[in-house]
Amino acid sequence: MERPSLTVRSLPPGVIAPDTQPLVIPTDAPAAGRASPAPPLRREGPAKLNGSAMYTDDLVVPGAWFGATIRSTQPHARLIGIDLDDAFDWSRVVVGTADDIPGENIVSLIDDDQPVLVPVGGEIRHQAEPCALIAAPDRATLAEARRHVALRCERLPAVFDPLKSETEFVHYTVERGNPAAAMAGAQLVIEGTYRVGHQEQLYIENQAMIAVPREDGGVTVHGSLQCPYYIHKAMKRALAMGDELAVVVQAETGGGFGGKEEYPSVIALHAALLALKLKKPVRMIYDRHEDISATTKRHPAVVRYRSGVSGTGELIAQEIEVIMDGGAYCTLTPVVLSRGVLHAGGPYRCENVRITGRAMATNTPPNGAFRGFGAPQTEFAAEMQINRIAEALEASPLDLRRRWVYREGDVTPTGQVLNESVGGIEVLEAAAAESAFDRTHAQTRSMREGRTDGARTATGIGLALAWHGAGFTGSGEVRLASVASLELTEDGRIRILTASTEMGQGTKTIFPQIVAGALGVDYDEVEIAPQDTSIVPDSGPTVASRTAMVVGGLLIRAAERMRAAVETQSGRSFADSYGEVGPMRIDEQFVPYPGEPFDDERYTGDAYPAFGWAAAVAKVEVDLDTGEVAVRDCVSANDIGRVIHPILAEGQVEGGTLQAIGYATIEEMKLIDGRYLNDRLATYMIPTSLDAPRLKSILVEKPFSGVPHGAKGIGELPMDVGAPAVVAAIHDATGVWIHDLPATPERILMALTGGPAVPAPGVSMEEPAPRTPPIEDLPAGGDKMPFRAPTDPGEPR
Amino acid sequence: MSFAFTVNGEPVEVEATGTRRLLDVLREDLGLTGTKEGCGEGECGACSILIDGAVVDACLVPVSQARGASVRTVEGMADDGRLDILQQAFLETGGAQCGICTPGMLMAGDAFLASGAEPSEVNIREAIAGNLCRCTGYTKIIDAIALAAQRSAAS
Repeated sequence: MERPSLTVRSLPPGVIAPDTQPLVIPTDAPAAGRASPAPPLRREGPAKLNGSAMYTDDLVVPGAWFGATIRSTQPHARLIGIDLDDAFDWSRVVVGTADDIPGENIVSLIDDDQPVLVPVGGEIRHQAEPCALIAAPDRATLAEARRHVALRCERLPAVFDPLKSETEFVHYTVERGNPAAAMAGAQLVIEGTYRVGHQEQLYIENQAMIAVPREDGGVTVHGSLQCPYYIHKAMKRALAMGDELAVVVQAETGGGFGGKEEYPSVIALHAALLALKLKKPVRMIYDRHEDISATTKRHPAVVRYRSGVSGTGELIAQEIEVIMDGGAYCTLTPVVLSRGVLHAGGPYRCENVRITGRAMATNTPPNGAFRGFGAPQTEFAAEMQINRIAEALEASPLDLRRRWVYREGDVTPTGQVLNESVGGIEVLEAAAAESAFDRTHAQTRSMREGRTDGARTATGIGLALAWHGAGFTGSGEVRLASVASLELTEDGRIRILTASTEMGQGTKTIFPQIVAGALGVDYDEVEIAPQDTSIVPDSGPTVASRTAMVVGGLLIRAAERMRAAVETQSGRSFADSYGEVGPMRIDEQFVPYPGEPFDDERYTGDAYPAFGWAAAVAKVEVDLDTGEVAVRDCVSANDIGRVIHPILAEGQVEGGTLQAIGYATIEEMKLIDGRYLNDRLATYMIPTSLDAPRLKSILVEKPFSGVPHGAKGIGELPMDVGAPAVVAAIHDATGVWIHDLPATPERILMALTGGPAVPAPGVSMEEPAPRTPPIEDLPAGGDKMPFRAPTDPGEPR
Repeated sequence: MSFAFTVNGEPVEVEATGTRRLLDVLREDLGLTGTKEGCGEGECGACSILIDGAVVDACLVPVSQARGASVRTVEGMADDGRLDILQQAFLETGGAQCGICTPGMLMAGDAFLASGAEPSEVNIREAIAGNLCRCTGYTKIIDAIALAAQRSAAS
């Protein structure tokens, strides 16, 4: 892009005057200001460490059969028939189709568009779409049966590019001030188009569910999942069951990251349908190939951005257009887009903003929740713009952010006044200081200027800043109306009852910790009930960085009520008397946080109860011959409100940061004919210990007063800053901007040398997939070992 | 066919076809479900076990190769329910989050500690490079192995 002529050469220094000194926690020193300097050990840690923790596939269910899913191998087609080959004795297995669904053929979520199974005569909208189910008493029989079923289809035209799709799921507009007029008066206008592709959650435990039919006509599913009550709702609808008949129990869950938010409803319904038909338990355990082929990914997005800067160095206008690829069905796309739109401006003060968002349908597997939930896509674009503006102004990217970052009292594009808990400047300063940003940036600059043609590597440093709304967007928490409960059991035990799941982030540790603190008892005295819908209330899904803040806040209020009730009754301290007072149960329901209610139609008001703030500084080394990037160092500073458990919090920051580094550098799904091409762990790479830098996390505390413990969300926040920091560092090293994620060697070499064009991320190649020949067609004497064709996901092992 | 070997010091004998994966033999025939499956093709290391002290992916090993060998799994680490030095270090540093990679990580770490190699960060990174973790970013796992090495040296 041509650089516009500049009248602004340097900026006046930014004002740094935080109203309150935040508590910055040095992560290698004991945490100050907390009651218990040594946080409790992970509650379920010993079981995970000695191998006794029971994940879904570890559960022994006597008499269980094995289930498999017959999926489409077309991106868009009419299902004409399901052909069962007479050569197989079908009495040995059970086959399930849409005809077996007792209720509505809908996977209930936001929209009612996704069928549990495509009926004969129905429309197949993506590769890997479930059309039939088979259950068999053993894996060998199941594999044999699968080979004798075929889907007869009539192919229909497919759409893979969201920019060419004519089917829109949803659109939003956020507008404040007069961006068109302000842009016309800007001294500097920077434009950019940024594209990001799919990202796979890649929890190490694949999706898994076991359905057990019960004598009362109901069914219990045990599975790897984040949101028991989402599945409960889906079961009630598709299986035509009442509240008590459908039961969902979480097994130990080996990672989720959003990937086990909505998809478990699909696999639970499949397992339950087979179990009800068979009248025996059925195990549906995906292998990695089926999991990558069929389950949701992070939404690809195209973000078109225009920023206007005034002659006095203020950000005066932003015009942003976000287009997301929802895939074939709606799933959670409206809320992902909503969060993406609401974060697209970045954490910067700007009076004139227009953000539009559209989510389009394509004939690819549905995209869904993944840590960050729309924000990493749009904040990557926002940070690219800020870094490119800094370059154009010849200003320090650090100084520019110091000047523009939101301070207390500033107003967001939806008109939300940021009254408190605004830690943007503090995380920025903490990350800059820890990484010696200014000094290193000056060094890398002189290295770049002194570099000779024969140089083989280049070193760079990059900075990014982000905000992330904690909890559900807009009026979401009000609609959820979550309940968390606390009970004193008949035999005098304290027990927490919530549907919030543990998937590694620490729910089962921090809940007893904060309840024990509120009750004045030891951590070990507080139990936590299993996440079983027949036992626990609906405290909402375990998503949106809401568990510690929202459900944790409800639990503290429940504990305060229980403590008062017990102490009034006994006349003694709770700790001394609770064993004599039960049974008692306190149900605490969400009441709206103070603030301006969000208008879902006009997109104005308080979009989130509070925001977390994050800054990251990455240092990279780029191989100038190969274009490979090694991230050498990464500092991430995060304002998460009051820190509950420093070790678990750091764990969230470090893990989220490495996922962001993977997103920035190596993680790319490639598609052909609408199916994922690199649908195995051998071909979809995530960072190993050798790819990962040493990660340094800094926790900054700017408490949120809307909850008694002052905690804000943490889980998603670090995911927003890692990628733009890495790409800024690549630019610092090489002088080229990479507009598309991931910044693969191909894209870097193309930018450096003008080499062959690299296709945009996230868009399927049109050619039909090359088919592996059937085994009987292989030449005699060749390799006769059975193999799985790449178009046949999910053959049981 | 029948295959005899030891698992965590106990002699076992299993009836299986020789190509049955050792992972399935451990998990299904012997009920040792601590060893996990993440990919089934030797990429993730969740099924790492030790055969005669060497770290291997149990999903890639046919049971016939275990004949006469000494197999160690995560279940062999704790002594009478007491976590061993490495497990305890993982618990304290936050090296286990979702826990699904943990048994394999522990096996890789266990082999590293047994090797007597210097517990430098680069050596530890090399030792666990075949084990994917999606939760931790590896930093706290490395800290755990280094802490265990330090405590082992001190004891």
